[in-house]
Amino acid sequence: MIEPSAHLREDIFDSKESAATRDGFGKGIVEAARTDVRIVVLSADLAESTRAEWFQKEFPERFIEMGVAEQNMAAVAAGMAAAGKVPFITSYAMFSPGRNWEQIRTTIALNEMPVVVCGMHAGVSVGPDGATHQALEDIALMRVLPHMTVISPCDAEEARKATIAAAQLGKPVYMRFGRSATPLITTAETPFEIGKASILYHPGGDALQKKVALMATGALVHSALVAARELEKEGIGATVVNVSTIKPLDAETIVRVARECGAVVTVEEHQIAGGMGSAIAELLAQQAPTPMQFVGVHDMFGQSGEPAELIEHYGMGVSHIVEAGHRVCSARSV
Amino acid sequence: MLTDAQVAHLEQKAENVRETIIAMLVAAGSGHTAGPLDMADIFAALYFHILQHDPKNPAWEERDRLILSNGHIVPVRYATMAHAGYFPVEECLTLRKFGSRLQGHPERTRLPGLETTSGPLGEGLGQAAGIAYALRMDGTKNRVYCTMGDGEQNEGSVWEALMFVGKYKLSNITAIIDRNNIQIDGMTEQVMPLEPLRDKYQSFNWHVLEVDGHNIPQFIAACDEAKAIAEKPTMIIAHTIPGRGVREIEGDYRWHGKPPKAEEAKRFLNELRTMQGKVISEHQ
Repeated sequence: MIEPSAHLREDIFDSKESAATRDGFGKGIVEAARTDVRIVVLSADLAESTRAEWFQKEFPERFIEMGVAEQNMAAVAAGMAAAGKVPFITSYAMFSPGRNWEQIRTTIALNEMPVVVCGMHAGVSVGPDGATHQALEDIALMRVLPHMTVISPCDAEEARKATIAAAQLGKPVYMRFGRSATPLITTAETPFEIGKASILYHPGGDALQKKVALMATGALVHSALVAARELEKEGIGATVVNVSTIKPLDAETIVRVARECGAVVTVEEHQIAGGMGSAIAELLAQQAPTPMQFVGVHDMFGQSGEPAELIEHYGMGVSHIVEAGHRVCSARSV
Repeated sequence: MLTDAQVAHLEQKAENVRETIIAMLVAAGSGHTAGPLDMADIFAALYFHILQHDPKNPAWEERDRLILSNGHIVPVRYATMAHAGYFPVEECLTLRKFGSRLQGHPERTRLPGLETTSGPLGEGLGQAAGIAYALRMDGTKNRVYCTMGDGEQNEGSVWEALMFVGKYKLSNITAIIDRNNIQIDGMTEQVMPLEPLRDKYQSFNWHVLEVDGHNIPQFIAACDEAKAIAEKPTMIIAHTIPGRGVREIEGDYRWHGKPPKAEEAKRFLNELRTMQGKVISEHQ
């Protein structure tokens, strides 16, 4: 059953409405900027597709066109933050933080500057652009940096809230957004707090002997919810956790749910190496060793295609999550 | 115009800074020698004449910002800051030691008075540009100074920043290139030729001045001229002699990245002290 305190949409399994998380960013940044004059947005020649354009239209004097120069964009943002601004830097995740990782490390993270790095078009769901533009390593790149907060919203509404929260955090932040429209899950009433993982779904009743936790991030949270319902039909009670903040991890919630369920499947649109699942494995190995399965990309680059077929091809579809749930449950019994 | 006494005072400060640099490099046992020595005149001019700053209140809002893009020459900045009163000169001997505020490359969060964290090359001008852009948005009149190395000009990100500053006509920036013609692997024109450097900056819409980086009045005059140019940012190409002040290492690229040994330092300090006598007598 859906966790009532999560205030999810009633139609989550019918997927009546969808929007891209980048649209949530576009809305959130405009909303945040209306009350916070410190906010500036820097764009590396991608204002339309990053939705920075929505901000540009309302606040042209606070929008800065950088040209196709992501390294300089990071350094300029660090300088603006040093002079009291709250800069959001926008590009595709492949280029920022992909290309400008060292500038982010030195001038933003080590330098403790409250710059928000917004990586759009993350994951294979970029689609037709192909492997060159499909960032599958960005979570790894950002979560290894001290002082960095890493956020990966599950839908456009959570992306909106996360953007507003990131502006107020006063620390370096990486936010990961997707290109394609994905199902809306949350509502305006759904709580969001940086650093908190939220339980969205519980097994219906205690009748089910086998249990598994599906810990997901980004748009695949919706697939995890669909998979949870499938697993329930097949006799496995699944708890779905939305890990929207990958760093710092909500250790309390994750350890508690892992102990309750005794088996964990992580789900992300990212390389398995170094991603959200790795972060959870590092935590659980130390605090609550638990059998795990990882749904994500298996050390491969993507290719051109439609988002849905790519998600399937690279092993991140609902059926893959369900299979992983079965596998991890059998691993536990041995 | 500076009086002779003012010039002598600044030259004296530069020599004090050089002595401190030698002492701190010997104590550290690692670090860069040539660049810090050749920038001593410019740093003395900046901290003792050009910059609007307050050593007792490093976060003063009205201060000018000095960004050190070539972070590896930070001993010259530490030494000059110490002589200017930011912290005791003795603390310079903690350079590169465990727990010191004086990190091998400068870190803003560790030492008040540093504006940025730098060392990885090619990132200072972009940060200076961000500060300058934000100051201009807020209608603040302070200037932003950014020192860069010449070898650093190999970095593509420098040219991204040059384009950006040119585009937005950030005339509140004065950038200073330490044109000492050396980098780690050899002479700049052999490693990766930069010339015609002046033409390059001009074509990026900068106002370009060239000075003798050891002629303090000339450098100050260039900084004054930069303040008067409202249409463009200014780049000062400061021609310097690497290792300036110690004849046996002057111009030798092998001194880019190593410190003097104790016995070498004794000779170097002797020479600096002799030169100091010369500086003082010339102006008397």
